[in-house]
Amino acid sequence: MAIFIDKDTRIIVQGFTGKIGTFHAQEMIDYGSNVVGGITPGKGGQMHLDRPVFNTVKEAVEQAGAEASIVFVPPAYAADSIMEAAEAGIKYCVSITDGIPTQDMMKVKIFLSKFPKEKRMVLTGPNCAGTISPGKSMLGIMPGHIYMPGNVGIVGRSGTLGYEAADQMKALGIGVSTSVGIGGDPINGSSHRDILEKFEQDPETKVVVMIGEIGGPQEVEAGIFAKEHMTKPVVAYIAGLTAPKGRRMGHAGAIISSVGESAAEKVEMLKELGVIIAPTPAAMGETVAKVLAKL
Amino acid sequence: MDIHEYQAKQLLAEYGVKIAAGGLAYSPEDAVQRAREIGGHVWVVKAQIHSGARGKAGGIKVCKTHDEVSDAAEALLGKKLVTHQTGPAGKQCLRLYIEAGTDIAKEIYFSLLIDRAHERIVMVGSAQGGMEIEELAENNPDAIKKIYIEPAVGLQDFQAREMAFALGLHPDLVPQAVKLIQGCYRAMRELDANMVEINPLVITGHDELIALDAKMGFDDNALFRRQKISELRDKTQEDPREMAAADRGLSYVGLDGDIGCMINGAGLAMATMDMIKLAGGEPANFLDVGGGASAERTEKAFRMVLQDKNVKAMLVNIFAGINRCDWIAEGVVQAVRKIDMKVPLIVRLSGTNVEEGRKIIHDSGLPIITADTLAEAAEKAVQARNEVVAKAQG
Repeated sequence: MAIFIDKDTRIIVQGFTGKIGTFHAQEMIDYGSNVVGGITPGKGGQMHLDRPVFNTVKEAVEQAGAEASIVFVPPAYAADSIMEAAEAGIKYCVSITDGIPTQDMMKVKIFLSKFPKEKRMVLTGPNCAGTISPGKSMLGIMPGHIYMPGNVGIVGRSGTLGYEAADQMKALGIGVSTSVGIGGDPINGSSHRDILEKFEQDPETKVVVMIGEIGGPQEVEAGIFAKEHMTKPVVAYIAGLTAPKGRRMGHAGAIISSVGESAAEKVEMLKELGVIIAPTPAAMGETVAKVLAKL
Repeated sequence: MDIHEYQAKQLLAEYGVKIAAGGLAYSPEDAVQRAREIGGHVWVVKAQIHSGARGKAGGIKVCKTHDEVSDAAEALLGKKLVTHQTGPAGKQCLRLYIEAGTDIAKEIYFSLLIDRAHERIVMVGSAQGGMEIEELAENNPDAIKKIYIEPAVGLQDFQAREMAFALGLHPDLVPQAVKLIQGCYRAMRELDANMVEINPLVITGHDELIALDAKMGFDDNALFRRQKISELRDKTQEDPREMAAADRGLSYVGLDGDIGCMINGAGLAMATMDMIKLAGGEPANFLDVGGGASAERTEKAFRMVLQDKNVKAMLVNIFAGINRCDWIAEGVVQAVRKIDMKVPLIVRLSGTNVEEGRKIIHDSGLPIITADTLAEAAEKAVQARNEVVAKAQG
């Protein structure tokens, strides 16, 4: 297994019968993901995309053996859906939803932290493109065909910039073990650091690419982790060199509000921590290629 | 979303925070009338703009007569105030807050913020008020007290007391401080604020704790459930281009460069702008058109970018995931045909159906410069921009 998902991972879709949920559930099924059903409260007992609809996540876990979920529920209700998944015993949850209030995410994080570690659901996102282990399973909204199976792990805050990285690598014949989107919000389910830890333990991953951006302390925390606990090389690119202070660049979390949050400062700190920096966003692929060549 | 000082004070007052008597004025006559209603002998005329450091920019005037109030109001209304937070363009003052003068014995700093590293609300205080917290953090970090609040149980009185003592308050003032701190915390939670800052919080000569200035920022993602807060939005304080973009479902930030950008995804947008800079150019804007870039949306985005008269070349960089390059190419061709484009256009498409997309651009016969990679796109955009500039200089 790569990290989080594999060919057999039993997946459910929260917000299954809505327009967006339906579209992406079909895309995941077409990719080969093992989608075993979905949740739409009030529509339990019906069939959708030839799969059962459940009223609650608990029923999906009990009756369909659901292990992983993907959340397409609108922002006002998304935090509630994530907590429902955690309580029902889902092991891994991706939240695609963009626009969840920050204080709702604070609540989600504290809710998750109350579970003992071995029973605690891992959440990635919100506001992300999801997770893919190429050739095995896709739990997300990315174009599956741009990812080639391989041994480089990708973790990033941005969707399309992650696609760009995978595409540059594919052009050089480099494949991906798992690509994880952690999302562009100020509070994420999992941080860069959390995902690096998973990649370090994953026998299928040899190198990790971390795609960060301005705002928040996450990339540097991940760099410290890499220096202290990782044997595998980490390549990083930090977007937002031209971003002015105090202006939000699209993502809710992409804003420089204090010292150390600009792209230039993060790059400096990561360099000091021994992280290999891709000098430009166009050089992500070739930087990885150089690192792989030295292994 | 930011709000004005007077709005923040009114909100906080509802949560038990003490403020000086004051009122809003739109004209010098209003201002004098407010001063009369307030009474006393000293008034402060305060420019209402969405920025801190207004004092240094001349936006706060202490007055001792009604004539002085009138003159101060006259001078401030309509004036653009430039602070380090507003950028060089400044922000126009269209509202004034007239407040009773306060007898200040001591100034303190107090705020509540969302700490991203700890994923909870942090209470920040310093006995040295009036200064900006960044300045304080740099010069005297030991003077700052931070207390983290457990979200599930909320702020406890002992934590508020700990802060009050750390601020050096006399024990007689501590119960007042606890009430004020609890009020700010409740406001933050109940109104979905992401920041409450009282700087300075003052101790008056009569041993009262008063919020002399107040600033609140709100989580845009939570405005859907905070109707009352949404209504406080003052569009005159926001960039009109950014507002117009937001109304069209686009995310736009105007910058000082001259290469216009249209990109899908915030991260790729920032990366493309970085690439422009590394190639020797300066981006004119950040613009994320989002996932479903339809022909209509593409046209709106083009108009958005081109209304900036500084733009000397435009770069489109789309990585098609769920959508397809051929659809995007159609949209670009339609937009260019509809809009009379006077600057060179560079298009880079990647992802799903890229060959079909490139063919549509090529077959259109339009003078669109195409690029295959991110690096090539940025280089061609900078080159095209340089040619435009060289031509203009003759």
